[in-house]
Amino acid sequence: MRRLQRIWNSDVGYSFRTSPVAMGAALVALLCVFSAVFAGWVAPHNPFDLATLDLADARLPPAWIADGSAKFVLGTDDQGRDILSALMYGARISLAVGFASVILSVIIGVAFGLLAGFLGGWVDAALMRLCDVMLSFPAILVALLIAGVGRAVFPNAPDNLALGVLIVSITLTGWVQYARTVRGSTMVERNKEYVQAARVTGVTSLRIMRRHVLPNVMGPVLVLATIQVATAIITEATLSFLGVGAPPTSPSLGTLIRIGNDYLFSGEWWITIFPGLMLIIIALSVNLLGDWLRDALNPRLR
Amino acid sequence: MNTKQHPASADAPAAAPSDRQSDTMPAAAEPLLRVKDLVVEFPTRAGTLRALDKISFDIAPGEVLGVVGESGAGKSLTGAAIIGLLEPPGRIAGGEIVLEGQRIDNLDHEAMRHIRGRRIGAIFQDPLTSLNPLYSIGRQLIETIRTHLPMSEKAARARAIELLQDTGIPAAEQRIDHYPHQFSGGMRQRVVIALALAAEPKLIVADEPTTALDVSIQAQIIALLKKVCKDRGAAVMLITHDMGVIAETCDRVAVMYAGRIAEIGPVHEVINHPAHPYSAGLMAAIPDITIDRENLHQIDGAMPRLNAIPPGCAFNPRCEHSMDRCGRERPELLAAGPTRAACWLHAVDAAT
Amino acid sequence: MFAFILRRLLQAVFVMSTVAFIAFMLFQFVGDPVLFMLGQDATPEQVRELRELLGLDRSFLVQFWHFLVNSAQGDFGISLRQGGKVSSLIAERLPATLELALVAALLALVVGVPMGVYAALRRGNFLSQSFMMFSLLGVSLPTFLIGILLILVFSVWLGWFPSFGRGDTISIGGWKSGLLTLDGWHHVVLPAITLAIFQLTLIMRLVRAEMLEVLRTDYIKFARARGLSDRAIHFGHALKNTLVPVMTITGLQLGGLIAFAIITETVFQWPGMGLLFIQAVNFADIPVMAAYLCLISLIFVVINLAVDLLYFAVDPRLRVSGKGH
Repeated sequence: MRRLQRIWNSDVGYSFRTSPVAMGAALVALLCVFSAVFAGWVAPHNPFDLATLDLADARLPPAWIADGSAKFVLGTDDQGRDILSALMYGARISLAVGFASVILSVIIGVAFGLLAGFLGGWVDAALMRLCDVMLSFPAILVALLIAGVGRAVFPNAPDNLALGVLIVSITLTGWVQYARTVRGSTMVERNKEYVQAARVTGVTSLRIMRRHVLPNVMGPVLVLATIQVATAIITEATLSFLGVGAPPTSPSLGTLIRIGNDYLFSGEWWITIFPGLMLIIIALSVNLLGDWLRDALNPRLR
Repeated sequence: MNTKQHPASADAPAAAPSDRQSDTMPAAAEPLLRVKDLVVEFPTRAGTLRALDKISFDIAPGEVLGVVGESGAGKSLTGAAIIGLLEPPGRIAGGEIVLEGQRIDNLDHEAMRHIRGRRIGAIFQDPLTSLNPLYSIGRQLIETIRTHLPMSEKAARARAIELLQDTGIPAAEQRIDHYPHQFSGGMRQRVVIALALAAEPKLIVADEPTTALDVSIQAQIIALLKKVCKDRGAAVMLITHDMGVIAETCDRVAVMYAGRIAEIGPVHEVINHPAHPYSAGLMAAIPDITIDRENLHQIDGAMPRLNAIPPGCAFNPRCEHSMDRCGRERPELLAAGPTRAACWLHAVDAAT
Repeated sequence: MFAFILRRLLQAVFVMSTVAFIAFMLFQFVGDPVLFMLGQDATPEQVRELRELLGLDRSFLVQFWHFLVNSAQGDFGISLRQGGKVSSLIAERLPATLELALVAALLALVVGVPMGVYAALRRGNFLSQSFMMFSLLGVSLPTFLIGILLILVFSVWLGWFPSFGRGDTISIGGWKSGLLTLDGWHHVVLPAITLAIFQLTLIMRLVRAEMLEVLRTDYIKFARARGLSDRAIHFGHALKNTLVPVMTITGLQLGGLIAFAIITETVFQWPGMGLLFIQAVNFADIPVMAAYLCLISLIFVVINLAVDLLYFAVDPRLRVSGKGH
């Protein structure tokens, strides 16, 4: 409790309290996460329970348009699935993939960065070459390739495997920036006297890395991670839209958009637009939070 | 002649009149720059900080005034305020700055721009970062000249070459087209001086012009600065923490402490017979090669932070001559022989 | 400087060979193309024959060597999906993608740079803040969604612009260009805007950040102290210093445009390389995937090299060697 109080009273906390944008964005993001995590309880229908679907309900427009029904507030798709519920379930997949890949990226990136920064020498050189090569290709291409290859290797993969490959492909494109940042900071810290003193007295490198370097690095890593959650969600949506992401049986928001795209010209715009709006809201609120966090933690602007 | 009445001591006999003209100038001369009760504040989350608290001094035409003090005493801020380049949120919150009889602290942006470069020039500390790396020095010189003086490109170029020669750049006609990175540190500072003088200003504010240079070059640059200014009749406000430079170059010196002027007077008087305990401490702390001593003299304590300036005289907690009055009333600059010091020791009345 | 170019060329060769190796691995380990082409009930002799024809029965190193030699000449074999030569497929689609990327790049620069400059010079202004809000939207909106929204508004509802294809094209030599006809331009508008928005956002933010950084430097302070006009300071000094790093970063981002074209082409059914690639991925058409990969790498490497050379041309500190006294 006291730790929370300390954060509330710190510069960062003050910056948060006085920024309506940050607070609003946090609220929205929390709402989305909440409805996604608890979709099973919050959603009015279960769009994946085939028993409850009725083709007679198919292609209904949103409730405020003629022909719409209050039972399906945002309309239904061609199979009679409620769009609002599909949104929540879809958001769940999107957010899960997004967070999972960022967490994995951070772990891999920070670990590599610490190693490279601390050990130096050829380990560092090799890692930096690898980072350079990976950075010179746009993330989407790398992710597409991995996802595509995965799809070719496992053509009839069960849903979990497909999602797993998706997470891996996004992770592999995201770890590089953490590795670089952490490596830089590690090299700076490594040369500081207190670290050299610790080494002389026999403190293991691992301990030094954990207790001294890591806390100094977490600030920028946190900012990068927040912004990357939005990027990861968008990348996942893009991959799903292109057909190499989340399968239709466990659709993410991107998959939903792809499915709905076919109905754009026949006038049933809601099937694709509402998942799209949900995606925008999530990405926007996370980006706003990330932007605010970066300004709040930036020592030069304080 | 003005008589000063300290508000808190209206009953006590007035302190000796502090006549601003009494230092070195003939009574009839009009000062080039007059700074009167200048206040600079910084609004922060924790409240408003007073970085400069009623600074007053004059600069006569052609004289070299040194401004010396520790880091944070307010020297650079004074220079910045004079040329109108205070960084926001800092702002002038009171007082006046008068240049050749005209008030300049309240001018609008465009009017102040005309003064900068043309009537007041500035030199900053780091010659490496003071010059735009992407333009030749000739281009930067010519641009400055033509901004202020109506001249053709050709005439401006000739003048630029002349300026470079005056500041001791060899082969000026070729080097005028070179880029800043092609010059060494000392040469770059010469270029900076040339740029500052390009439009013939009457006052140069030099903020730590030699601090970033090699010791061996420092003397050259300072001598150059003094010479070119003297040749053009320009006054110099030399801001530095290096007393050696002050001793060599300046006519008068102002010692600053915690955003206030502690003492101001002719340079040899302040150095040899400092009237303010702080100046005395400063001078005593300079190691003298001719004297055998075990320890360097030290002034106990440290300069107070801006949000913790003691009431009365800012120096009083560290002063060995501190009296009751020092903790209550802030002293104005009082006459102390040939100099003026903000210290109650020099009050004419023997106050407790 | 010569040594620098040599070093970069060596790096380029290294990257290209790595990519070629990865492309080759794709061939080796992903599925069995022969079965793909012949179907599940092919006879063993048919399989064997085709294998020999495609050279799939030789040793690893030999195959790799053949692959290198062939791909260096642009021969990637036969598309598994369409049966035609991969190289001619790509050559046919290349102009479409390049034209789209070019229009988008121009759009992003011409709109993005002024926006960034304005946002830096007039901070806190209402217009600046809306620019920043717009830029936030730009990075929060996935490219495909922008495309869909544009189609919805301008094609379906307003009917102002077409939503798929290239329109009328004119062939010059081997190059089918859509930029020479009005109809072609009509078709390229929506896809180009879609592709440009992300770049535009990045450029605008970059220009603004860089310019704010430059405005804080000592030489700008000194320029102000010399009484130079705002115009001279902002557009003479600050802008030039801003554009140098911006230009190089933008050049490097150009590769991103070509990659993002994949998405745009999919949404708008634009007959370019990107669409070809996606179709190949969905079909596991390895030769096309490998060819696309190698071509993209080549483009990137060339762009990187060009940007490095550009840096030389613009920054005098890199050009002239030695210091004078």
